[in-house]
Amino acid sequence: MSQPPTDAPRRTALDALHRALGATMTDFAGWDMPLRYASERDEHTAVRTRAGLFDLSHMGEITVTGPEAGEALDYALVGHISALAVGRARYTMICAEDGGIVDDLIVYRLGEDEYMVVANAGNAQVVLDAVTERAAAFDATVRDDRDAYALIAVQGPESPGIMKGLTDADLDGLKYYAGLPGTVAGVPALIARTGYTGEDGFELFVAPEHAEALWKAITEAGAGVGLIPCGLSCRDTLRLEAGMPLYGHELTTATTPFDAGLGRVVKFDKPGDFVGRTALTAAAERAAAQPPRKLVGLVAEGRRVPRAGFAVTAAGGAVIGEVTSGAPSPTLGQPIAIAYVDAAHATPGTEGVAVDIRGAQEPHKVVALPFYKRQR
Amino acid sequence: MSNPQQLRYSKEHEWLSASEAGVSAVGITSHAADALGDVVFVQLPEVGAVVTAGETCGELESTKSVSDLYSPVTGEVTDVNQDVVDDPSLVNSAPFEGGWLFKVKTTEEPSDLLSAEEYSAFTGG
Repeated sequence: MSQPPTDAPRRTALDALHRALGATMTDFAGWDMPLRYASERDEHTAVRTRAGLFDLSHMGEITVTGPEAGEALDYALVGHISALAVGRARYTMICAEDGGIVDDLIVYRLGEDEYMVVANAGNAQVVLDAVTERAAAFDATVRDDRDAYALIAVQGPESPGIMKGLTDADLDGLKYYAGLPGTVAGVPALIARTGYTGEDGFELFVAPEHAEALWKAITEAGAGVGLIPCGLSCRDTLRLEAGMPLYGHELTTATTPFDAGLGRVVKFDKPGDFVGRTALTAAAERAAAQPPRKLVGLVAEGRRVPRAGFAVTAAGGAVIGEVTSGAPSPTLGQPIAIAYVDAAHATPGTEGVAVDIRGAQEPHKVVALPFYKRQR
Repeated sequence: MSNPQQLRYSKEHEWLSASEAGVSAVGITSHAADALGDVVFVQLPEVGAVVTAGETCGELESTKSVSDLYSPVTGEVTDVNQDVVDDPSLVNSAPFEGGWLFKVKTTEEPSDLLSAEEYSAFTGG
Protein backbone atom coordinates (compact mmCIF):
# COMPACT_ATOMS: atom_id res chain seq x y z
CA MET A 1 0.00 0.00 0.00
CA SER A 2 1.25 3.47 -0.77
CA GLN A 3 0.75 6.38 1.56
CA PRO A 4 -2.53 8.23 1.14
CA PRO A 5 -2.07 11.38 -0.94
CA THR A 6 -2.03 14.58 1.05
CA ASP A 7 -2.52 18.10 -0.20
CA ALA A 8 0.49 19.70 1.42
CA PRO A 9 3.98 18.53 0.48
CA ARG A 10 6.11 17.25 3.34
CA ARG A 11 8.64 19.58 4.91
CA THR A 12 12.08 18.56 6.12
CA ALA A 13 13.50 19.34 9.55
CA LEU A 14 15.44 22.19 7.90
CA ASP A 15 12.41 23.85 6.32
CA ALA A 16 12.47 27.01 8.46
CA LEU A 17 16.19 27.46 7.75
CA HIS A 18 15.67 27.21 4.00
CA ARG A 19 12.97 29.85 4.11
CA ALA A 20 15.12 32.11 6.28
CA LEU A 21 17.88 31.73 3.67
CA GLY A 22 15.45 32.88 0.97
CA ALA A 23 15.37 29.58 -0.89
CA THR A 24 13.14 29.08 -3.91
CA MET A 25 11.28 25.92 -2.94
CA THR A 26 9.91 23.26 -5.25
CA ASP A 27 7.65 20.25 -4.88
CA PHE A 28 9.84 17.21 -5.44
CA ALA A 29 8.35 13.73 -5.02
CA GLY A 30 5.87 15.04 -2.47
CA TRP A 31 8.44 17.05 -0.53
CA ASP A 32 8.89 20.80 -0.38
CA MET A 33 12.61 21.07 -1.15
CA PRO A 34 15.04 23.91 -1.88
CA LEU A 35 15.43 24.31 -5.66
CA ARG A 36 18.06 27.04 -5.29
CA TYR A 37 19.00 29.72 -2.79
CA ALA A 38 20.30 32.33 -5.24
CA SER A 39 22.02 31.46 -8.54
CA GLU A 40 22.01 27.74 -9.32
CA ARG A 41 25.11 28.23 -11.50
CA ASP A 42 26.99 29.76 -8.59
CA GLU A 43 25.89 26.84 -6.45
CA HIS A 44 27.10 24.39 -9.10
CA THR A 45 30.48 26.12 -9.31
CA ALA A 46 30.82 26.17 -5.52
CA VAL A 47 30.51 22.37 -5.41
CA ARG A 48 32.99 21.91 -8.27
CA THR A 49 35.60 24.28 -6.84
CA ARG A 50 34.89 24.72 -3.10
CA ALA A 51 32.00 23.16 -1.23
CA GLY A 52 28.21 23.05 -1.12
CA LEU A 53 25.72 22.08 1.57
CA PHE A 54 22.56 20.15 0.65
CA ASP A 55 19.42 19.07 2.47
CA LEU A 56 18.57 15.62 1.09
CA SER A 57 16.15 14.62 3.82
CA HIS A 58 13.61 13.53 1.22
CA MET A 59 15.64 10.39 0.51
CA GLY A 60 14.03 7.21 1.88
CA GLU A 61 15.89 5.11 4.44
CA ILE A 62 14.96 1.47 5.03
CA THR A 63 16.80 -0.58 7.65
CA VAL A 64 17.09 -4.35 7.35
CA THR A 65 18.29 -6.30 10.37
CA GLY A 66 18.59 -9.90 11.48
CA PRO A 67 20.70 -13.02 10.99
CA GLU A 68 19.58 -13.32 7.35
CA ALA A 69 19.44 -9.61 6.52
CA GLY A 70 22.25 -9.95 3.97
CA GLU A 71 20.68 -12.99 2.32
CA ALA A 72 17.31 -11.23 2.19
CA LEU A 73 18.89 -8.28 0.36
CA ASP A 74 20.82 -10.61 -1.96
CA TYR A 75 17.42 -12.00 -2.98
CA ALA A 76 15.59 -8.66 -3.09
CA LEU A 77 18.24 -6.62 -4.96
CA VAL A 78 20.51 -7.31 -7.93
CA GLY A 79 23.79 -6.83 -6.04
CA HIS A 80 25.79 -9.19 -3.82
CA ILE A 81 24.93 -7.28 -0.68
CA SER A 82 25.99 -9.89 1.89
CA ALA A 83 29.54 -9.67 0.49
CA LEU A 84 29.85 -6.04 1.61
CA ALA A 85 32.28 -5.48 4.48
CA VAL A 86 30.87 -3.77 7.55
CA GLY A 87 31.30 -0.03 7.06
CA ARG A 88 31.18 -0.17 3.27
CA ALA A 89 28.50 1.01 0.84
CA ARG A 90 27.42 -0.12 -2.60
CA TYR A 91 25.48 1.37 -5.49
CA THR A 92 22.84 -1.16 -6.54
CA MET A 93 19.35 -1.56 -7.95
CA ILE A 94 16.08 -3.28 -7.22
CA CYS A 95 14.45 -4.83 -10.27
CA ALA A 96 11.05 -6.28 -11.05
CA GLU A 97 10.60 -9.92 -12.11
CA ASP A 98 10.75 -8.72 -15.76
CA GLY A 99 14.13 -7.06 -15.18
CA GLY A 100 12.77 -3.50 -15.18
CA ILE A 101 14.40 -1.12 -12.73
CA VAL A 102 12.20 -0.33 -9.71
CA ASP A 103 14.81 2.02 -8.23
CA ASP A 104 18.51 2.62 -7.91
CA LEU A 105 19.80 2.48 -4.36
CA ILE A 106 22.77 2.84 -2.09
CA VAL A 107 23.10 0.12 0.55
CA TYR A 108 25.28 0.66 3.62
CA ARG A 109 26.35 -2.27 5.79
CA LEU A 110 26.15 -0.77 9.27
CA GLY A 111 26.86 -3.96 11.23
CA GLU A 112 27.18 -7.72 10.95
CA ASP A 113 23.39 -8.04 10.84
CA GLU A 114 22.34 -4.51 9.89
CA TYR A 115 22.00 -2.78 6.53
CA MET A 116 20.52 0.55 5.50
CA VAL A 117 18.96 0.88 2.06
CA VAL A 118 18.58 4.43 0.72
CA ALA A 119 15.93 4.84 -1.97
CA ASN A 120 14.86 7.80 -4.07
CA ALA A 121 12.10 9.84 -2.44
CA GLY A 122 9.61 9.13 -5.20
CA ASN A 123 10.17 5.38 -4.97
CA ALA A 124 10.66 4.94 -1.23
CA GLN A 125 7.23 3.43 -0.59
CA VAL A 126 7.45 1.06 -3.56
CA VAL A 127 10.93 -0.06 -2.50
CA LEU A 128 9.84 -0.50 1.11
CA ASP A 129 6.88 -2.62 0.03
CA ALA A 130 8.98 -4.73 -2.35
CA VAL A 131 11.83 -5.32 0.12
CA THR A 132 9.34 -6.17 2.87
CA GLU A 133 7.60 -8.72 0.66
CA ARG A 134 10.81 -10.20 -0.71
CA ALA A 135 12.38 -10.51 2.76
CA ALA A 136 9.36 -12.26 4.25
CA ALA A 137 10.82 -15.77 3.89
CA PHE A 138 14.10 -14.79 5.58
CA ASP A 139 15.01 -14.32 9.22
CA ALA A 140 15.19 -10.55 8.76
CA THR A 141 13.22 -7.48 9.79
CA VAL A 142 12.52 -4.59 7.43
CA ARG A 143 11.97 -1.23 9.11
CA ASP A 144 10.69 2.02 7.59
CA ASP A 145 13.23 4.59 8.80
CA ARG A 146 12.17 7.46 6.55
CA ASP A 147 11.22 9.59 9.56
CA ALA A 148 14.23 8.54 11.61
CA TYR A 149 16.77 10.51 9.59
CA ALA A 150 17.48 13.90 8.18
CA LEU A 151 20.18 13.75 5.50
CA ILE A 152 22.70 16.56 5.03
CA ALA A 153 25.38 16.38 2.34
CA VAL A 154 28.62 18.35 2.16
CA GLN A 155 30.08 18.04 -1.32
CA GLY A 156 33.11 19.50 -3.05
CA PRO A 157 36.90 19.56 -2.80
CA GLU A 158 36.88 21.57 0.45
CA SER A 159 34.50 19.14 2.17
CA PRO A 160 37.17 16.94 3.82
CA GLY A 161 38.81 20.00 5.36
CA ILE A 162 35.48 21.31 6.61
CA MET A 163 34.56 17.94 8.09
CA LYS A 164 37.92 17.44 9.81
CA GLY A 165 37.27 20.53 11.90
CA LEU A 166 33.93 19.12 13.06
CA THR A 167 34.63 15.47 13.83
CA ASP A 168 37.32 13.27 15.30
CA ALA A 169 36.17 10.37 13.13
CA ASP A 170 38.94 8.88 10.98
CA LEU A 171 38.07 10.58 7.68
CA ASP A 172 41.37 9.64 6.03
CA GLY A 173 40.46 6.00 6.64
CA LEU A 174 36.94 6.58 5.29
CA LYS A 175 37.14 5.60 1.64
CA TYR A 176 34.76 6.54 -1.16
CA TYR A 177 31.61 4.48 -0.70
CA ALA A 178 32.23 3.79 2.97
CA GLY A 179 30.28 4.82 6.04
CA LEU A 180 30.92 4.85 9.77
CA PRO A 181 29.06 6.01 12.87
CA GLY A 182 30.60 9.04 14.54
CA THR A 183 29.96 12.45 16.01
CA VAL A 184 29.89 15.59 13.88
CA ALA A 185 29.65 18.97 15.64
CA GLY A 186 28.52 17.11 18.76
CA VAL A 187 25.73 15.34 16.91
CA PRO A 188 25.61 11.55 16.49
CA ALA A 189 25.72 10.78 12.77
CA LEU A 190 26.27 8.08 10.23
CA ILE A 191 29.11 9.60 8.20
CA ALA A 192 29.17 8.31 4.63
CA ARG A 193 31.63 9.23 1.91
CA THR A 194 29.08 9.22 -0.85
CA GLY A 195 27.32 11.74 -3.05
CA TYR A 196 25.71 12.46 -6.35
CA THR A 197 27.80 15.33 -7.63
CA GLY A 198 30.99 13.81 -9.07
CA GLU A 199 33.01 15.42 -6.29
CA ASP A 200 34.48 14.17 -3.05
CA GLY A 201 32.01 14.63 -0.22
CA PHE A 202 30.07 13.33 2.71
CA GLU A 203 26.49 12.44 3.45
CA LEU A 204 25.46 12.71 7.08
CA PHE A 205 22.44 10.78 8.36
CA VAL A 206 21.28 12.33 11.63
CA ALA A 207 18.18 12.43 13.82
CA PRO A 208 15.85 15.18 12.52
CA GLU A 209 16.04 17.06 15.82
CA HIS A 210 19.79 17.50 15.30
CA ALA A 211 19.61 18.62 11.69
CA GLU A 212 19.47 22.36 12.31
CA ALA A 213 22.41 22.39 14.71
CA LEU A 214 24.49 20.35 12.27
CA TRP A 215 23.55 22.53 9.27
CA LYS A 216 24.54 25.67 11.20
CA ALA A 217 27.83 24.16 12.39
CA ILE A 218 28.81 23.14 8.85
CA THR A 219 27.78 26.53 7.47
CA GLU A 220 30.03 28.22 10.01
CA ALA A 221 32.92 25.81 9.50
CA GLY A 222 32.74 26.22 5.74
CA ALA A 223 32.24 29.96 5.51
CA GLY A 224 35.97 30.67 5.29
CA VAL A 225 36.47 28.34 2.31
CA GLY A 226 33.42 29.41 0.34
CA LEU A 227 30.83 26.78 1.26
CA ILE A 228 27.31 27.85 0.32
CA PRO A 229 23.88 26.20 0.62
CA CYS A 230 22.89 24.41 -2.58
CA GLY A 231 19.53 23.32 -3.96
CA LEU A 232 18.26 20.47 -6.08
CA SER A 233 18.67 22.42 -9.32
CA CYS A 234 22.46 22.35 -9.15
CA ARG A 235 22.40 18.80 -7.82
CA ASP A 236 20.79 17.83 -11.13
CA THR A 237 23.38 19.62 -13.31
CA LEU A 238 26.21 18.23 -11.14
CA ARG A 239 25.03 14.63 -11.52
CA LEU A 240 24.36 15.16 -15.23
CA GLU A 241 27.93 16.36 -15.85
CA ALA A 242 29.17 13.37 -13.85
CA GLY A 243 27.12 11.06 -16.10
CA MET A 244 25.10 9.70 -13.18
CA PRO A 245 21.64 8.37 -14.03
CA LEU A 246 18.48 9.73 -12.43
CA TYR A 247 15.48 7.55 -11.76
CA GLY A 248 12.54 8.54 -13.93
CA HIS A 249 14.90 9.79 -16.62
CA GLU A 250 17.66 7.31 -17.55
CA LEU A 251 16.22 4.57 -15.33
CA THR A 252 12.60 3.39 -15.46
CA THR A 253 10.58 0.22 -15.00
CA ALA A 254 10.81 -0.19 -18.80
CA THR A 255 14.62 -0.20 -18.63
CA THR A 256 16.95 -2.95 -17.40
CA PRO A 257 20.34 -2.19 -15.83
CA PHE A 258 21.93 -3.53 -19.04
CA ASP A 259 19.98 -1.09 -21.22
CA ALA A 260 21.32 1.71 -19.05
CA GLY A 261 24.91 0.51 -19.44
CA LEU A 262 24.96 -0.42 -15.75
CA GLY A 263 24.90 -4.20 -16.09
CA ARG A 264 27.90 -4.39 -13.78
CA VAL A 265 25.57 -3.88 -10.78
CA VAL A 266 23.88 -7.23 -11.50
CA LYS A 267 25.80 -10.03 -9.76
CA PHE A 268 24.75 -13.32 -11.37
CA ASP A 269 27.44 -15.24 -9.51
CA LYS A 270 26.11 -14.50 -6.04
CA PRO A 271 24.72 -17.45 -4.07
CA GLY A 272 21.00 -18.09 -4.26
CA ASP A 273 18.28 -16.80 -6.53
CA PHE A 274 17.22 -13.16 -6.83
CA VAL A 275 14.19 -11.37 -8.18
CA GLY A 276 14.61 -10.74 -11.90
CA ARG A 277 17.42 -13.24 -12.53
CA THR A 278 15.84 -14.96 -15.53
CA ALA A 279 14.85 -11.77 -17.30
CA LEU A 280 18.16 -10.08 -16.51
CA THR A 281 20.12 -13.04 -17.89
CA ALA A 282 18.31 -12.57 -21.19
CA ALA A 283 18.82 -8.80 -21.02
CA ALA A 284 22.56 -9.29 -20.49
CA GLU A 285 22.80 -11.55 -23.54
CA ARG A 286 20.80 -9.14 -25.67
CA ALA A 287 22.96 -6.19 -24.58
CA ALA A 288 26.15 -8.10 -25.42
CA ALA A 289 25.01 -9.49 -28.78
CA GLN A 290 22.69 -6.90 -30.23
CA PRO A 291 22.01 -3.90 -28.05
CA PRO A 292 18.89 -2.10 -29.27
CA ARG A 293 20.05 1.24 -27.98
CA LYS A 294 22.75 2.72 -25.81
CA LEU A 295 23.04 5.51 -23.30
CA VAL A 296 25.33 8.21 -24.68
CA GLY A 297 26.38 11.75 -23.96
CA LEU A 298 25.49 14.58 -26.33
CA VAL A 299 27.17 17.98 -26.42
CA ALA A 300 25.30 20.73 -28.26
CA GLU A 301 27.17 22.64 -30.93
CA GLY A 302 24.79 25.55 -30.53
CA ARG A 303 23.35 27.21 -27.47
CA ARG A 304 19.81 25.87 -27.42
CA VAL A 305 19.33 23.25 -24.74
CA PRO A 306 18.25 19.65 -25.40
CA ARG A 307 15.67 18.65 -22.78
CA ALA A 308 14.23 15.34 -21.56
CA GLY A 309 11.84 13.86 -24.10
CA PHE A 310 13.28 15.58 -27.17
CA ALA A 311 13.92 13.32 -30.18
CA VAL A 312 17.46 12.52 -31.33
CA THR A 313 17.76 12.37 -35.12
CA ALA A 314 20.26 11.18 -37.73
CA ALA A 315 21.21 12.98 -40.91
CA GLY A 316 18.01 13.12 -42.97
CA GLY A 317 15.84 13.51 -39.91
CA ALA A 318 15.10 9.89 -38.94
CA VAL A 319 14.45 9.53 -35.20
CA ILE A 320 17.21 7.42 -33.64
CA GLY A 321 16.69 8.06 -29.96
CA GLU A 322 15.44 10.24 -27.15
CA VAL A 323 16.98 12.66 -24.68
CA THR A 324 16.49 11.54 -21.07
CA SER A 325 18.16 14.50 -19.31
CA GLY A 326 19.56 17.77 -20.62
CA ALA A 327 20.74 21.10 -19.26
CA PRO A 328 23.20 23.89 -19.87
CA SER A 329 26.48 22.64 -18.37
CA PRO A 330 28.13 25.29 -16.20
CA THR A 331 31.47 23.46 -16.31
CA LEU A 332 31.57 22.85 -20.08
CA GLY A 333 29.85 26.12 -20.95
CA GLN A 334 27.65 24.28 -23.46
CA PRO A 335 24.34 22.46 -23.30
CA ILE A 336 24.72 18.72 -22.63
CA ALA A 337 22.37 15.76 -22.57
CA ILE A 338 22.15 12.07 -21.85
CA ALA A 339 20.16 10.15 -24.45
CA TYR A 340 19.20 6.65 -25.47
CA VAL A 341 20.37 6.27 -29.07
CA ASP A 342 20.19 3.34 -31.52
CA ALA A 343 23.43 1.38 -31.22
CA ALA A 344 24.36 2.13 -34.84
CA HIS A 345 24.60 5.83 -33.99
CA ALA A 346 25.98 5.54 -30.46
CA THR A 347 29.71 5.54 -31.16
CA PRO A 348 31.43 8.70 -29.94
CA GLY A 349 32.14 10.91 -32.94
CA THR A 350 29.19 9.68 -35.01
CA GLU A 351 28.43 12.30 -37.66
CA GLY A 352 25.10 13.91 -38.37
CA VAL A 353 23.45 13.45 -34.99
CA ALA A 354 21.03 16.20 -34.01
CA VAL A 355 18.39 16.90 -31.40
CA ASP A 356 14.99 18.14 -32.50
CA ILE A 357 14.66 21.31 -30.43
CA ARG A 358 11.16 22.59 -31.08
CA GLY A 359 11.24 21.73 -34.76
CA ALA A 360 14.85 22.61 -35.59
CA GLN A 361 17.51 19.89 -35.99
CA GLU A 362 20.28 21.23 -33.76
CA PRO A 363 23.63 19.45 -34.32
CA HIS A 364 25.14 17.59 -31.37
CA LYS A 365 28.36 15.65 -30.80
CA VAL A 366 28.09 12.08 -29.52
CA VAL A 367 30.52 11.65 -26.63
CA ALA A 368 31.32 9.01 -24.03
CA LEU A 369 30.00 9.54 -20.51
CA PRO A 370 30.81 11.17 -18.16
CA PHE A 371 31.14 14.75 -19.32
CA TYR A 372 33.15 15.62 -16.25
CA LYS A 373 35.52 13.63 -14.08
CA ARG A 374 37.27 15.12 -11.09
CA GLN A 375 41.04 15.01 -10.79
CA ARG A 376 42.05 12.81 -7.88
CA MET B 1 12.84 43.97 -6.98
CA SER B 2 9.90 46.32 -7.36
CA ASN B 3 8.34 46.97 -10.73
CA PRO B 4 9.32 50.41 -12.09
CA GLN B 5 6.42 52.87 -12.25
CA GLN B 6 7.27 54.22 -15.71
CA LEU B 7 6.94 50.80 -17.40
CA ARG B 8 3.88 48.93 -18.52
CA TYR B 9 3.49 45.17 -18.27
CA SER B 10 1.96 42.21 -20.07
CA LYS B 11 0.42 39.17 -18.43
CA GLU B 12 3.18 37.13 -20.11
CA HIS B 13 5.63 39.00 -17.83
CA GLU B 14 7.19 41.33 -20.38
CA TRP B 15 7.68 45.02 -19.71
CA LEU B 16 7.40 47.87 -22.20
CA SER B 17 9.11 51.21 -21.76
CA ALA B 18 7.50 54.56 -22.46
CA SER B 19 7.62 55.35 -26.18
CA GLU B 20 10.34 57.65 -27.53
CA ALA B 21 9.52 58.68 -31.09
CA GLY B 22 7.26 55.65 -31.28
CA VAL B 23 9.97 53.20 -30.16
CA SER B 24 9.83 51.25 -26.88
CA ALA B 25 12.21 48.82 -25.23
CA VAL B 26 10.97 45.36 -24.20
CA GLY B 27 12.30 43.06 -21.50
CA ILE B 28 11.12 40.46 -19.03
CA THR B 29 10.22 41.35 -15.47
CA SER B 30 12.22 40.61 -12.35
CA HIS B 31 9.42 38.28 -11.29
CA ALA B 32 9.81 36.30 -14.53
CA ALA B 33 13.61 36.26 -14.30
CA ASP B 34 13.43 34.93 -10.73
CA ALA B 35 11.02 32.22 -11.78
CA LEU B 36 13.28 31.16 -14.66
CA GLY B 37 16.48 31.00 -12.66
CA ASP B 38 19.82 31.62 -14.35
CA VAL B 39 19.19 32.51 -17.99
CA VAL B 40 21.92 31.02 -20.19
CA PHE B 41 20.70 31.76 -23.71
CA VAL B 42 18.37 34.24 -25.32
CA GLN B 43 17.09 34.03 -28.86
CA LEU B 44 15.74 37.39 -29.99
CA PRO B 45 13.81 38.48 -33.08
CA GLU B 46 15.90 40.01 -35.85
CA VAL B 47 16.04 43.71 -36.57
CA GLY B 48 13.37 44.44 -39.18
CA ALA B 49 11.16 41.55 -38.11
CA VAL B 50 7.51 42.26 -37.44
CA VAL B 51 6.36 41.05 -34.04
CA THR B 52 2.74 40.63 -32.99
CA ALA B 53 1.29 41.37 -29.57
CA GLY B 54 0.81 38.17 -27.57
CA GLU B 55 2.74 36.01 -30.02
CA THR B 56 6.11 34.38 -29.49
CA CYS B 57 9.13 36.16 -30.95
CA GLY B 58 12.03 34.43 -29.23
CA GLU B 59 13.01 32.21 -26.34
CA LEU B 60 14.91 32.21 -23.09
CA GLU B 61 16.79 29.14 -21.92
CA SER B 62 17.49 28.69 -18.23
CA THR B 63 19.00 25.80 -16.29
CA LYS B 64 15.67 24.08 -15.73
CA SER B 65 13.54 25.10 -18.68
CA VAL B 66 12.96 27.07 -21.84
CA SER B 67 10.38 29.83 -22.02
CA ASP B 68 8.88 31.60 -24.98
CA LEU B 69 9.39 35.31 -25.29
CA TYR B 70 6.18 37.14 -26.20
CA SER B 71 5.97 40.56 -27.70
CA PRO B 72 3.77 42.89 -25.64
CA VAL B 73 2.90 44.99 -28.71
CA THR B 74 2.69 44.73 -32.49
CA GLY B 75 5.36 46.50 -34.50
CA GLU B 76 8.74 46.34 -36.18
CA VAL B 77 11.92 45.43 -34.32
CA THR B 78 14.41 48.30 -34.57
CA ASP B 79 17.20 47.06 -32.29
CA VAL B 80 18.25 44.04 -30.26
CA ASN B 81 20.44 44.06 -27.16
CA GLN B 82 23.72 42.43 -28.22
CA ASP B 83 25.02 42.72 -24.65
CA VAL B 84 22.32 40.38 -23.40
CA VAL B 85 22.97 37.96 -26.28
CA ASP B 86 26.63 37.86 -25.24
CA ASP B 87 25.86 37.75 -21.51
CA PRO B 88 22.35 36.39 -20.82
CA SER B 89 22.91 36.70 -17.05
CA LEU B 90 22.01 40.39 -17.49
CA VAL B 91 18.39 39.23 -17.62
CA ASN B 92 18.78 38.06 -14.01
CA SER B 93 21.02 40.81 -12.69
CA ALA B 94 19.36 43.82 -14.34
CA PRO B 95 16.01 42.75 -15.83
CA PHE B 96 14.65 46.31 -16.07
CA GLU B 97 17.83 47.97 -17.28
CA GLY B 98 20.87 46.34 -18.89
CA GLY B 99 18.84 43.19 -19.48
CA TRP B 100 16.41 44.77 -21.96
CA LEU B 101 15.89 42.48 -24.96
CA PHE B 102 14.72 44.38 -28.04
CA LYS B 103 13.23 47.67 -29.21
CA VAL B 104 10.06 47.87 -31.20
CA LYS B 105 8.41 50.62 -33.29
CA THR B 106 4.83 50.08 -32.17
CA THR B 107 2.02 50.03 -34.72
CA GLU B 108 -0.62 48.53 -32.49
CA GLU B 109 -0.88 48.18 -28.77
CA PRO B 110 -3.26 45.82 -26.96
CA SER B 111 -5.68 47.41 -24.51
CA ASP B 112 -4.82 45.09 -21.64
CA LEU B 113 -1.29 46.18 -20.71
CA LEU B 114 -0.92 46.61 -16.96
CA SER B 115 0.42 49.42 -14.79
CA ALA B 116 3.15 48.65 -12.23
CA GLU B 117 0.50 48.39 -9.49
CA GLU B 118 -1.73 46.16 -11.58
CA TYR B 119 1.19 43.90 -12.53
CA SER B 120 2.31 43.64 -8.89
CA ALA B 121 -1.21 42.61 -7.93
CA PHE B 122 -1.30 40.16 -10.86
CA THR B 123 1.87 38.44 -9.63
CA GLY B 124 0.67 38.41 -6.05
CA GLY B 125 3.23 40.77 -4.74
